[in-house]
Amino acid sequence: MSSTFLGMPAAPPRSPYGTGNLRGEQKFPKAAHGELRNEQLRSNLGKATRTIRAKRLAVTGELPDWERLRDAGSAIKTDTMNRLPELLEELERRVTERGGTVHWARDGAEANEIVTRLVKATGSEEVIKVKSMATQEIGLNEHLEAEGIRPHETDLAELIVQLAHDRPSHILVPAIHRNREEIRRIFLKEIPGVDPHLDSVPAHLAAAARAYLREQFMTTKVALSGANFGIAETGTLSVVESEGNGRMCLTMPETLISVMGIEKVLPRFADLEVFLQLLPRSSTGERMNPYTSMWTGVTPGDGPQEFHLVLLDNGRTAALADKVGREALNCIRCSACLNVCPVYERTGGHSYGSTYPGPIGAVLTPQLAGMHAAKDDPNSSLPYASSLCGACFDACPVKIDIPSLLVELRHQNTEESGTTAEKTAMKAAASLMKRPKLYTKAQKASRAGRLMAGKDGKLSHLPPPFNGWSATRDVSEPPKQTFREWFASPEGQAELRAAAPQDDEGKEEDR
Amino acid sequence: MRIGLFATCLGDTLFPDAVKATAVLLTRLGHQVAFPPGQTCCGQMHVNTGYQREPVPLVRNFAEQFGDPSIDAVVLPSGSCAGSVRHQHGIVAERYGDAGLVDGVAKVRAKTYELSELLVDVLEVTDVGAYFPHRVTYHPTCHSLRMLRVGEKPLRLLRAVEGIDLVELPEADACCGFGGTFALKNAETSSAMLADKMRHVAETGAAVCTAGDSSCLMHIGGGLSRIASDTRTLHLAQILAATRTSPYALAEAAR
Repeated sequence: MSSTFLGMPAAPPRSPYGTGNLRGEQKFPKAAHGELRNEQLRSNLGKATRTIRAKRLAVTGELPDWERLRDAGSAIKTDTMNRLPELLEELERRVTERGGTVHWARDGAEANEIVTRLVKATGSEEVIKVKSMATQEIGLNEHLEAEGIRPHETDLAELIVQLAHDRPSHILVPAIHRNREEIRRIFLKEIPGVDPHLDSVPAHLAAAARAYLREQFMTTKVALSGANFGIAETGTLSVVESEGNGRMCLTMPETLISVMGIEKVLPRFADLEVFLQLLPRSSTGERMNPYTSMWTGVTPGDGPQEFHLVLLDNGRTAALADKVGREALNCIRCSACLNVCPVYERTGGHSYGSTYPGPIGAVLTPQLAGMHAAKDDPNSSLPYASSLCGACFDACPVKIDIPSLLVELRHQNTEESGTTAEKTAMKAAASLMKRPKLYTKAQKASRAGRLMAGKDGKLSHLPPPFNGWSATRDVSEPPKQTFREWFASPEGQAELRAAAPQDDEGKEEDR
Repeated sequence: MRIGLFATCLGDTLFPDAVKATAVLLTRLGHQVAFPPGQTCCGQMHVNTGYQREPVPLVRNFAEQFGDPSIDAVVLPSGSCAGSVRHQHGIVAERYGDAGLVDGVAKVRAKTYELSELLVDVLEVTDVGAYFPHRVTYHPTCHSLRMLRVGEKPLRLLRAVEGIDLVELPEADACCGFGGTFALKNAETSSAMLADKMRHVAETGAAVCTAGDSSCLMHIGGGLSRIASDTRTLHLAQILAATRTSPYALAEAAR
């Protein structure tokens, strides 16, 4: 038996630079600068996230086994990631057996080409779309438009975003940054034949969108969707939604094309028992979402008679290759972490520059698309867009330890970014702190800060990189005596002796 | 009990009163406070900013300084530094240290406590005999709350303080926006978070906003100072160390 050297396995590719929607134009602090001044955005986000938070806490708190459900969700996802290849092949077999066709796309560009080819083969120049993160991630709409195919978003919020030529800012509530008066103006401008007297009553706005969408449901022959879950055991795909517009897309057209990230596969049909409890309660704060659609291949005489499943990698295998970072692939896109995040609440989703904003976006985006594809890659700023407060970890239905992943990605960033002023400063600080004598001297030297302080003992203007701090916060001048000096001093020891209980032993042992 | 006190670099250098109060309080409760003089910094800032090689000597120093078996427990008057010792030292040691360091870290981690944990769980005391006749509101700090899970422990200690008027902080569990170098790298977002925290503090009408971490208090206090608020910040240890015979002189301290 001879052996052939096949070479070292190549690192799996990230999502190619310059494609799709996994990278913003500028780094997070700069992008957030403008958003922080948008009072409308702040007020909308504050109200919306507070409302969803309260609803989520109510419906997760009422389940006695909520923590065990989270454990189950986490365990099923971890098991799935550990044997992803075999599960995907099983899914392919089952879908094919039931009359569907499975396509494999290494990245967004491939997926876009496959979908475009399939749509063109039907002869249709229009498609209706179910709300989908995966197709947003790869920029499918933009690609279709360039190829002469008009995609129509049918989810109400996605429709608002599309009509406004805008970008979604939230995974679940894409138009969370818009208020109803803005929506009224968008509809008046963009919906053909809309009642010119349309007011901003939510029910009236919904009715206007409904009339517009009905027309498309009745006439369009091709639908595009994503998938919340793909069951390997049965070949069943599932989409959960609130409005029923997804159900219309999934049942009425002749052809259905679904784009699914490979991490969305689940081993068994019974696993839905866990995820259909975790997802709606974490996502909208509902016990059950209004519409859960499931389909398995093609059912003769019922629903689309042609079904294609496009399995999308686009950096997921690269993320899977990272033994710490891969945990982010367990995400079920509920958006609970966005709704509890103090950073997201204030900066909104656009600051992240990616289809995936908020805490999960800050760990998922750099893993799918990389952090060093270009000099000053905006994605390298995402792991720092967090105070590490940990609210996301507590809210996550599959217990993704997002703060630890953020710290890990920060480490990967510093490892990859060569010598920087920050790294030099960090090395210097560590080098000082590992020498207690030198450290003590430096403490004394820091008292020079007393000279810079005002009469009130405050420092109000600091040089870069501390000027951001002193824009809104004072710093007290360093005290005259450090703790260690006090502890070593006769006064310090006298103070401790005085504090010790008089009738007790061991009051002045340690010196 | 012989308790090793880790002052933290921030406490030792900039906020020694909080560390003194910790030493005085534990001594008053009949314990012996040991201060290994070779101690410096836990390395939290390095790790949270993305540096894991540089803090290896700091992690090693912590394990060496407090590994002494004659030290029964180690106390840190800081939730985030205690969190770093408990959750990050192991990661650093396993990745860039050696077997000896992994072992040393595990041993010292098992006896390391944040102040309220030490008092309530180890020393089993909630009424420490403190006296503090002022209106106080408590900010739980993220790492105490969600990393260490200290829960109600600090509030149980505060409720037992004689004369205290403890008022609940609205949206207490929200981050104040500090986050270490986050406050520098994302200063504007941090400031927006701080503004909301200060608004909630003002709603309580408290004379003192307290917490178990000098770093968060430096942030909140720095903001309160800038807006010339009447509320000042004090570490939990400073409230617990105050007694009828040795009261905290609040008016004098307010600047």
